[in-house]
Amino acid sequence: MIIDSKKIQRVIDRLPPDKKQLIMILQDIQQEFHYLPKESVRLVADYLGMPQSAVYSAATFYKSFSLIPRGENIIKVCKGTACHIKGADLIIDQLDSGLGIKPGETTKDLKYTVEVVNCVGACAMAPVMIVNDKYFGEVRCNRAIKIAKKG
Amino acid sequence: MKIDSIRKLNKWRREIRTQQKAIKTRVLICLGPGCLAGGSDLILKEFRTILKKKKIKNISVASIKKTGCHGFCARGPLVIIEPQGIFYSKVKKIHVAEIIEKTLQRGEIIEKLLYKDPDTEKIYKEWRKIPFYARQQKIALRNVGQIDPDEITDYIANGGYSALAKILKGMKPEEVIEQVSASGLRGRGGAGFSTGRKWATCARAEDEPRYVLCNGDEGDPGAFMDRCIMEGDPHTVLEGMIICAYAVGSKEGYIYVREEYPLAVVNLQKAIDDARRFGLLGDNILGSDLCFDIEISKGGGAFVCGESSALMKSVAGEIGEPRAKYVRSVLKGLHDKPTVLNNVESYANIPVIIEKGADWFASIGTKKSAGTKAFSLAGKIRNTGLIEVPMGITLREIIYDIGGGINDNREFKAVQTGGPSGGCLPADKLDLDVDFDTLTENGSMMGSGGMVVMDDRTCMVDVSRYFLNFLVEESCGKCVPCREGLYQLHKLNEKVCKGKAGDDDLKLMENLSRTIMSSSLCGLGQSGPNPFLSTIMYFRDEYEAHVNEQKCPGGVCKDLITYRINDDCDGCMACLKVCAADAITGKKNEKHVIDEIKCDRCGACYAVCNINAIDII
Repeated sequence: MIIDSKKIQRVIDRLPPDKKQLIMILQDIQQEFHYLPKESVRLVADYLGMPQSAVYSAATFYKSFSLIPRGENIIKVCKGTACHIKGADLIIDQLDSGLGIKPGETTKDLKYTVEVVNCVGACAMAPVMIVNDKYFGEVRCNRAIKIAKKG
Repeated sequence: MKIDSIRKLNKWRREIRTQQKAIKTRVLICLGPGCLAGGSDLILKEFRTILKKKKIKNISVASIKKTGCHGFCARGPLVIIEPQGIFYSKVKKIHVAEIIEKTLQRGEIIEKLLYKDPDTEKIYKEWRKIPFYARQQKIALRNVGQIDPDEITDYIANGGYSALAKILKGMKPEEVIEQVSASGLRGRGGAGFSTGRKWATCARAEDEPRYVLCNGDEGDPGAFMDRCIMEGDPHTVLEGMIICAYAVGSKEGYIYVREEYPLAVVNLQKAIDDARRFGLLGDNILGSDLCFDIEISKGGGAFVCGESSALMKSVAGEIGEPRAKYVRSVLKGLHDKPTVLNNVESYANIPVIIEKGADWFASIGTKKSAGTKAFSLAGKIRNTGLIEVPMGITLREIIYDIGGGINDNREFKAVQTGGPSGGCLPADKLDLDVDFDTLTENGSMMGSGGMVVMDDRTCMVDVSRYFLNFLVEESCGKCVPCREGLYQLHKLNEKVCKGKAGDDDLKLMENLSRTIMSSSLCGLGQSGPNPFLSTIMYFRDEYEAHVNEQKCPGGVCKDLITYRINDDCDGCMACLKVCAADAITGKKNEKHVIDEIKCDRCGACYAVCNINAIDII
């Protein structure tokens, strides 16, 4: 997947060239493209007048950034304490067998990405799955695949 | 419209109240995280759609209000009709027309939607009388679930920004700090440091500028109180911060919100925009000399950024690695300038303290832990949800009286408080008072307020492994004891779960824990071994069963258990369909069998079986 660097630059330009905006800019890029394209590290570094290594460092430190392309549909499985003791692992297992991907992986057709997230703060409804930002509570493992595919 | 004087604010408040009085019936629809997952947004839409078409006396679209979390998540989606306080639970979209027709039009109660106590079978019409609510006292959460978070007018009608008016009218900054100190408010983020003292230190610092920060990086798994405050009552956070800014002499503030809470960001931003528009943020607030503005800073999904010095680095756009605190961040914080950092819930308490006075606040709770504390109840407890109780209440009262006891009437095993830095308390500690010091003395901690209840089907060795795994992933890697120590501790814990550890390993784990605690740079490492230490302190027998007998009493650790189908099996085929390893065979309506060699012990069959026909051996 090749992304036009002009497109990335347009996203970067939304925020002022201030070093303290680094994380916010990376978040905007991530939101737009679902990941940080390789080119974006250089573009952000130039824009903020800082070394590429510093941008790369932030991009790898924070969990919400991905340097590899992610799927069209992001399936998040919450692994907060409440979800853990109510069987979040079962959901992960079911997604693995149904979609053939483990947490952090993306299907070859770039359709689905499965991610494990630390507590999304919906503990009362544990275990929780989030498909493209829509919450599903009290997920029984035999419904996991259905939820993942239908959203 | 700029509100540039206190007189104008009061006038505006009177006007809003008069307008709101015209709306006799209010239908509150909970859009908290729990109810939203149950589709409460669809319910809200349905109410509005029907009421747009239908003309009913005294009821209009304006009567329908969306609110933040009302608290009783286990019974969500919730619809509450005020002023009567009618409490409808487990509402679905199809019920909306019926509620409008029967309750709103004819004043009838729909009994099937009311809450029925599963033990006493008593039916409750009014939410305030339900045991879950009756024992609570709400200060920080006073508006959450009662007002529309998007409407600044709702907040003002409920007395919002009157504490700000009070200090601007006749309190010196020192007097504000004095009040906060005298109230005995301690930081609600977990450490429990005196808020007043923190403010006083910052105000005394000679350096300028000074910053006011709000910690909304609620990273503890199992906690969602701050989320509900930021989503459900964002203005109270702003008002608390503005009061703090006045007290310490700051012009610039930031709210750090974790990126997993997108709705909190949206609601806070709306609140900030509104506050600016009406002159409650920005230059010359309410016509006074106070100039203060707030910006939101979004986190990037790193647990360690809840630590003060890491959070400040992250706000500055750097990676969130903590620093050693030879100099406290209240003196050298954001951009190395004096900084007050308080938790969301702490700020939410401030306006009430100012308004009702320090003595009133100090009279609630215990002597050393004044006020109330918000908790999120989760795990294997019947009434999961968001609560606020006076300090000094016992764990038993929270779990049994408010929480309704354990799911499926199983046996209580432990309650986990304080997130990854806290610990697990067993049944014989249920009568402990919940306050900062008592919990710490007993090997756990208050933490930010997550309370996860565990039943007899939870393995405490696995719980310890879970937290260690969490911390290994979240350690920033800056200091060796935390980075390497927790990694090794987790590895050893894993060995116990696999039944391959010996007595020496347990000793080694305890030794290693002490080293990590005494030599780590920040709170993450210093408290990292707590989940292990508290579980081995109270549940040593479980560790020993894993080590000596290669057994997992909780029936959780995969390597030590076997699943077997008993004679109760009616051949419904649910387990067969869900088995990813193809280990289950059997025909419809006939007893199924698990092939123990093929079985990978994922437990899916056990989870889907509705008739307890699968045993864990």
